[in-house]
Amino acid sequence: MKEYFLDKEPKEFKSRVFFALWVVLFAFSVLVIRLWYLQIIRGSHFSELSRTNSIRLIKAQAPRGIIYDRNGGILAENRPGFDLSIIPEDVQDWEKTKKFLTRLAGIDEKTIEERLRKARGRPPYRPVKLKEDLTWEEMVRVAAYKFELPGVDIDVGQKRIYAYNEATTHLMGYLGEISEREYSEFRTEEENPYSPGDVIGKAGAELAFEDELMGINGGKQIEVDALGRLVSVIKNINPYPGNNVHLTIDLQAQIAAWEAMEGRAGAVVAMDPQTGEVLAMVSTPSYNPNDLIDGVSEEEWTAIVQNPMKVLTNRVIQGLYPPASTFKVITAAAALEEGVIDPSTKIYAGPSFKYGNHEYRDWKEEGHGTIDVHRAIVESADTFFYQVGLKVGLERLARYSTLFGFGQKTGIAFTNEKNGLVPTAEWKKRVYGAPWFEGETVSVSVGQGFMLTTPLQLLNAYSAIANGGTLYVPQLVGSVDAPEGVAIRKFTPVEKRRIDISGKTLAVLKDALRGVVAEDGGTARFLNSYGLDIAGKTGTAQVMRMRERIKNVNSIPYKFRDHGWFVGYAPSDDPKIAVVVLVEHGGFGASSAAPVALKVMQAYLEKKPEITPQDGSSGPVAAEKGPPAAGKNDGDGGGDL
Amino acid sequence: MIEKRLLAQIDWILISTTLVLALVGIASIYSATYLEEPSLYQRQTYWLLIGAAIMLPVVIVDYSILDRFAYVIYAASILTLIFALIFGRTVGGAQRWISIGFVSIQPSEFAKLSFILALSKHLSTKDVSRKGLGLEQLIVPSALFVIPFLLVAKQPDLGTALIFFFVFVSMILVVKIKTKILVPSAAAFLAMIPIGWRFLKVYQRARLISFIDPTADPLGSGYHILQSKIAIGSGRFFGKGFTQGTQGSHLFLPAHHTDFIFPTFAEEWGFAGGIVVLALFCILITRGLGVAAAGKDRFSFLLAIGITALFFWHMAINAGMVMGLLPVVGVPMPFLSYGGSFLLTMLLSSAILMNISMRRYIF
Repeated sequence: MKEYFLDKEPKEFKSRVFFALWVVLFAFSVLVIRLWYLQIIRGSHFSELSRTNSIRLIKAQAPRGIIYDRNGGILAENRPGFDLSIIPEDVQDWEKTKKFLTRLAGIDEKTIEERLRKARGRPPYRPVKLKEDLTWEEMVRVAAYKFELPGVDIDVGQKRIYAYNEATTHLMGYLGEISEREYSEFRTEEENPYSPGDVIGKAGAELAFEDELMGINGGKQIEVDALGRLVSVIKNINPYPGNNVHLTIDLQAQIAAWEAMEGRAGAVVAMDPQTGEVLAMVSTPSYNPNDLIDGVSEEEWTAIVQNPMKVLTNRVIQGLYPPASTFKVITAAAALEEGVIDPSTKIYAGPSFKYGNHEYRDWKEEGHGTIDVHRAIVESADTFFYQVGLKVGLERLARYSTLFGFGQKTGIAFTNEKNGLVPTAEWKKRVYGAPWFEGETVSVSVGQGFMLTTPLQLLNAYSAIANGGTLYVPQLVGSVDAPEGVAIRKFTPVEKRRIDISGKTLAVLKDALRGVVAEDGGTARFLNSYGLDIAGKTGTAQVMRMRERIKNVNSIPYKFRDHGWFVGYAPSDDPKIAVVVLVEHGGFGASSAAPVALKVMQAYLEKKPEITPQDGSSGPVAAEKGPPAAGKNDGDGGGDL
Repeated sequence: MIEKRLLAQIDWILISTTLVLALVGIASIYSATYLEEPSLYQRQTYWLLIGAAIMLPVVIVDYSILDRFAYVIYAASILTLIFALIFGRTVGGAQRWISIGFVSIQPSEFAKLSFILALSKHLSTKDVSRKGLGLEQLIVPSALFVIPFLLVAKQPDLGTALIFFFVFVSMILVVKIKTKILVPSAAAFLAMIPIGWRFLKVYQRARLISFIDPTADPLGSGYHILQSKIAIGSGRFFGKGFTQGTQGSHLFLPAHHTDFIFPTFAEEWGFAGGIVVLALFCILITRGLGVAAAGKDRFSFLLAIGITALFFWHMAINAGMVMGLLPVVGVPMPFLSYGGSFLLTMLLSSAILMNISMRRYIF
C-alpha cells in the first residue's frame, strides 16, 4: 500500500455519495411509477391487446429493380402474381382448411405440413406461404371461400420474369428464398434489412447487384379481430422499389452468342476492349431461370444441381481450361520483351521437337520450315514456341502470364470467380511435392500442361493487347437509375493496370493476330471473307493425349474430344469488340469456336433489326445450324506429348 | 489467507440479492425459451455455477492485488477487444465474439470491469485539489475511457459504448471536476451530438428517431416497444403465472431472453413481481454506495463507485428502454439477461464489491 491515502482518505468524496444516492432513489421512483402506470392503470388495455394478439405487422415486399441492356432493352422485370399463405394463429379448423385448400388450390396435405414444419420457430401470426403464383381460377375459388377459412390469405406478390429465358440465364442469375445462412451473415448491419421468407438474388446480376435491386420493404401495422380479419390499419409504410440497373450488355450480341452456341457446351464472352464493358456473356448448357422463380421442388432442384453438364456453373468465370495455342501470344510477348528473340529471328519449326527423350509434335505433320515469330503465330507453329518457351524459361513465362492477368481474378462483380492457374516451380513443389521438369515448360509455352484460364481472363488479356496495353476490370453496369428514372450512379472504366510492355512488341503481336485471319496459312483464314477486319487466335485444348493424329473429330468419343478456342477482336486497327469463345469438346478451335465469335461480332458491329423478346416458355429460336463454310478443317493441335 | 474475523464480515445483503436476481434470471430465461431453445437456460445455469466458483477466490484475496495488476488487466482487456475486432466472430453484424474452444466470449463485457479497475487505480493516485480535477489531470482518464469506448463503438455496439460513457462520467463526477472545465465540456458535448449523429449506423438512428417519435418506425423498434409495453402491461397486478406469458414465448417480443427479459418476467409475475425485482436492484445499488462510503482507501472507494454505477446504468437504461421511457439501445439487464460473458462480469463485479465490503473494518 502506498502512503498517501492515509492523509487523503476518501472522506472528501463522501458527501457526493449522498448525492448519488438521491439520483438512484429518484430513478427507482420513476421506474416504479412507470411500472404502476403500465400494469395497473393501463393494464386492462394492454391485456386486451395481448389476448387477441391483435396488433400485427404485414410485410410489403418492395418491387425489385428492372434490369436493362445497354440500349434500354428489358432483361428482367416484374409481373404481379397471387400467392396463397396461411396464418397458423388464426386457423380454427385445420382438418377443414387442409381439405378445402387441396380442393380449391390443389395444395396437397404433404406440402402444407412441410411448409408449416419449415416455418416452425417463427411467430405464429406470421403468414406462411403455401403456394406461389396461383392461377386465376385458383385465386377466384379460394377468394370465394375465404370467409370459411380464417387464416387463409391471398396476397399480390411481385414475380420476376426474364424476357430472354435461357439466353441470359448465367448473366441474370436467379432469385430464391433467403436461406438461414444468408439471413444471418449476408448482411453486416445489425438491423437485418431482410426477414425470413424474403426473396434474394442467388447468382449472377441478381446477386451481384442485390443492394441496388432490392429496394426497401414496407409494411403495415394493423389491428385484427379474433378471426384474423382486418379491423383497422394503424400505420402503413409503402415499399420503395429497387433501383433499375442498366447493364453494359448488348442484347443483340448476347442473343447471337446464345443462338450460335445452341446445342453445344461452352462459354462466350464479349467486351469493349477500350473500356472493359462486357457486351455479352453466355454459358451453356443453360436452364430456364423462370422455372426457378416460384421455388422448385426438391427433386427438380436436385436434378439441376446434379446435372452432369453442370448447368449452374457460369463457365465464363468458373470454367477452367488450358488456354492452348491462344497462349502463344503471351510466350511471344515474353520472348520479345526479354530479348530472347527479335521480330526478325528465324527458327526452324519442323514436324516435331526433341527434348530429353521426349518428342514434342507439331499439329502440322509436314512442319512449318524456318519462320519468324509473326509467321509462327499466324500458323500457330508449336515447334517454334517449344524452343522459344524453353529459352524464356518457366519463371519469366509465369511473370508475363501474371502481368496479362492470368492466375488471378479479373475482379468482375460476379461471385465465385475462379483464379485460374499459372504454374511455377514453387507451386508444383507445394502441391505435388515434386520438382519441375524442363519438359513441362515446353507444354506451358503452348498453353498446355498445368496452365489454366477462365474464358474471361483470356478475353481480358487479349483486350489489353487490342487496346494498347491496358488491363481493365470487366464491367457489367453502365448506370443505375432511381425508380423515378433519375440516374443516380454512372460507372466509368476501371483500369486494373497498365501492362508494362513496349509498343513495338504490341505492334508485332497485333500484326500477327491480324495475320491469323488475313494471311495465307493463317489458322482462321475463313473469317477474312466477312469483311469485319477481324484479328484473333485459335486454340485447341487437349483433353486427352492422342497417340495418333486424328483428323476426323467425330470418330473420337465426346468426352475425349479437345476443347476449341477462339479469341479475337475487330476491327483490328480500332477494336470495338473483343470476343472469346470456348466450345467444350468442340474439336478444333477454328471450326468450332471461331464461327461463334464471328456471329457475335457481326451482331454487334453490323446492327441487325431489333430482336423481340420470346414469349412464355419457348426457348429462343434456334440458330441456323452449322458453322459458316469453313475452308478447311485445320485447327491447331497443341503439343502432343 | 482467509481469516476468521474476515468470515464474520461476509456481506449477506450483497450475496443474497446477487443470487436471487441470478435465479430470477434463469427462471425467466427458462420461461421465455423452453419451447424453442430449451438448452439456453441450462447454459445460463452452467455460467452461473462457473461464476459462483470464480467468485469465491475473488472474494477471498485482498483487493490490493487488483490495485497492483489493474493496468495489466486493462491492457489485456484492450488487446482482446482489438483481437475481437480483427478475428472475432460476427453475430448479427457486430464483431463481438472470440471463440475459445467450445465457448464464445464477449470481451467487451469484461472490458467494462477492467476499465473501472484501471480508472480507479489512476484516480486514486491523483492529488485532487478542493476544486476538483483540472484539465491536465483529465487527460489520462479520458484516454483510459476513449480507447475501449471507440473499440466497442466500432464493433458496432452502441449500448455497451453508452455504458462506458455513463460509468466514466459517474466516476469523474464523484471525484469532482473543476466547474470551469465541467461547464464548457458539457456544452461541447451537447454541440457534438449533431456530429456524432453522422457516425451512427442507419438502424441506430432509426431507433433514436423512433424513440423521439414512436410512430416514425412502426415496423421496427416502434413495434418492439409497443409489444414490450403490451407484455408488461398485460401482466397487471399478479401476472399471468410462470410460463403462462404469451408475448415472449409467442415471439412477439424480439430478444425476449436477452435485452427484453424484463417484459417477459413482468408479464408473468405482474406488478407484484416487477416491484420485487426493482427493489432487489435498489437494495443492491444502495448497498454498493454504502460499501463505497465505508471504503477505507481511495482505490476501493472508486472501485465500488464504478461497479455500482455499472449496475445502476445497466439496470436503469434497460428498464427505461423496455418500459418505453428511453430509446431502444442494446443494453441488457444485469443478472437477468441471457449471456455468459455478461453474467460472469456481473458476478465478478458483485464479488469485488463483497471483497471491499468485507475488508472495510480491517486495517
